[in-house]
Amino acid sequence: MTVRRTGRMPWAHRLGRAGWAAVLVALYLFLLAPILVVLVESFDDATYLRFPPQGFTFDAYGQVFANESFRLGIQVSGVTAAVTALLAMIAGVPAALALTRLRFRGRSAIEAAFLSPLLVPHIVLGLALLLILAPIPLTDTYWGLILAHLGVTVPYVVRTVSAALMSADPRAEEAARTLGASGFTAFRRITLPAIRSGLLSGGVIAFLLSFDETVISLFVSGQNTVPLPVAVLQYVEYRSDPSIASLSVLLVLLSVVVVVLVERGLGLRRSLRSG
Amino acid sequence: MTAEAVAAPAVRPVRPRGPGRHALALLAPGIVALLLTYAMPLVWVLRMSLNESGEGGLIRQTVSFATFAEVLSSAHWWNVIGQTVELGVLVTVCTLVVSYPLALFLARTTSRWRGLLVALAVTPLLISSVARTFGWMAILGNQGLVNKTLGELGIISEPLQLANNLTGVVIASTEIYMPFAILAMISGFGRLDPELEHAAASLGAPRRTVFRRVVLPLTLPGVLTAALMVFVLSLSGYVTPRLIGGGRVFVLATEIYDQATTALDWPVAAVLSVLLLALFGVVIAVYLRAQKVLEARFTGPQGARS
Repeated sequence: MTVRRTGRMPWAHRLGRAGWAAVLVALYLFLLAPILVVLVESFDDATYLRFPPQGFTFDAYGQVFANESFRLGIQVSGVTAAVTALLAMIAGVPAALALTRLRFRGRSAIEAAFLSPLLVPHIVLGLALLLILAPIPLTDTYWGLILAHLGVTVPYVVRTVSAALMSADPRAEEAARTLGASGFTAFRRITLPAIRSGLLSGGVIAFLLSFDETVISLFVSGQNTVPLPVAVLQYVEYRSDPSIASLSVLLVLLSVVVVVLVERGLGLRRSLRSG
Repeated sequence: MTAEAVAAPAVRPVRPRGPGRHALALLAPGIVALLLTYAMPLVWVLRMSLNESGEGGLIRQTVSFATFAEVLSSAHWWNVIGQTVELGVLVTVCTLVVSYPLALFLARTTSRWRGLLVALAVTPLLISSVARTFGWMAILGNQGLVNKTLGELGIISEPLQLANNLTGVVIASTEIYMPFAILAMISGFGRLDPELEHAAASLGAPRRTVFRRVVLPLTLPGVLTAALMVFVLSLSGYVTPRLIGGGRVFVLATEIYDQATTALDWPVAAVLSVLLLALFGVVIAVYLRAQKVLEARFTGPQGARS
């Protein structure tokens, strides 16, 4: 906002500024509207969705845990996300190390290949994984879900850990090597502590992505192993009651808690600010 | 993948060695993971698109473009492709319009609340799109917030049809992609410098001219990146068209899913996927071209433009 001090028509200027502020507030309201509605609805005491909500109760929160498919969904998504994050780290961290610390021919091509899954729409990947997993048959199993989520989480781990490795000073490692440390010792004693926050963010991102993955999971899950987002989607399609709202609020709280913990512990804020 | 990468001719005069034992050992787990869970399945889709579907959901193994021909000669599928592009364009335009003022404000403000305001703008990213779409169902439905409020105020007697159609999908998708657009714009607004605006204003340019001649050109690259991102995301978006569309909005994403799981016609699903990827290719080519044009205008002789 340019502040012009020409003294001409200050009222028009003030009106302009007020209008601008009103536009910004309206846009924020639009952006946050669905979240606010979900928050308000989650305390309603009706068994269907209505406006305005009339009672105030925590009943809907109880219903979340009384609902069998949600309980199972939380379990399926939690286990899948934990194993996926672990495997994505095992696959992604060494790759990030090779891509940032070693010089070899074809490095940039390999790097591009590692990040390329980010460009493919999940609806296509979901179909692709269905075609591969259905004949084995691994659809509707934990391992099927984990394999399906691995391809889309590895790139994020590679990217996050690479960024951490890039900002860590390689000269400290070289110094350690010069002083006689083996490659592994230099990694364990110098590099690892320097990129600890990057490793944790990579793991957390992989976990949250897998926990939240909807479209790919829709293709590879069936009747028995239904992750939470799929259970919610199927529920929302046929019914609308406040328990979905309560569940959403609980999930928001979960991700906020995770992000705040990571940020407080590891200075994610710094990397966010520079980005 | 590695074989190709290694075989690629090195352009650099000093030829670094190919991936040594160490590099290969470090890369191996990642390459295996991506081959199994990403590269191979995608190749399978391409292969499946060349098969034909026979009687009763059977798949006839063959190599032909018969399924492509079948899809591309049907008015129904051209409708679906048309609606996919229409939705993408509408959502992209709406998202850019509502995100630009916020991004501009967040990029320029010196308020001490800036951090909080940026966080507020991207918080929705933390919330699953299923939950946010559910919120929009509660707002746009016939018994929803908008219709109830307008009805009680006596402004409307019949509920506005805001859900189960394209309008509702556009409104909800716009909000869902807003945080992506705002982030892309803020990081693309790097060239925006308040000093330039001050300079233009002190030379007597009216606010409108300052915006048109200084702010807009400097922010266009960020807007372009945001446009690409939102367009690509909305072309392949599934959850919002399915839930808000209520089975009445047919786009490539919803049809790929239906063909794969309900109709069990995998060859057609694969062909639709290949067409979606082709659409992506076109969009990205257009983006790269537009970016080049913009770059040329920025780095070209400044006096040439009047």
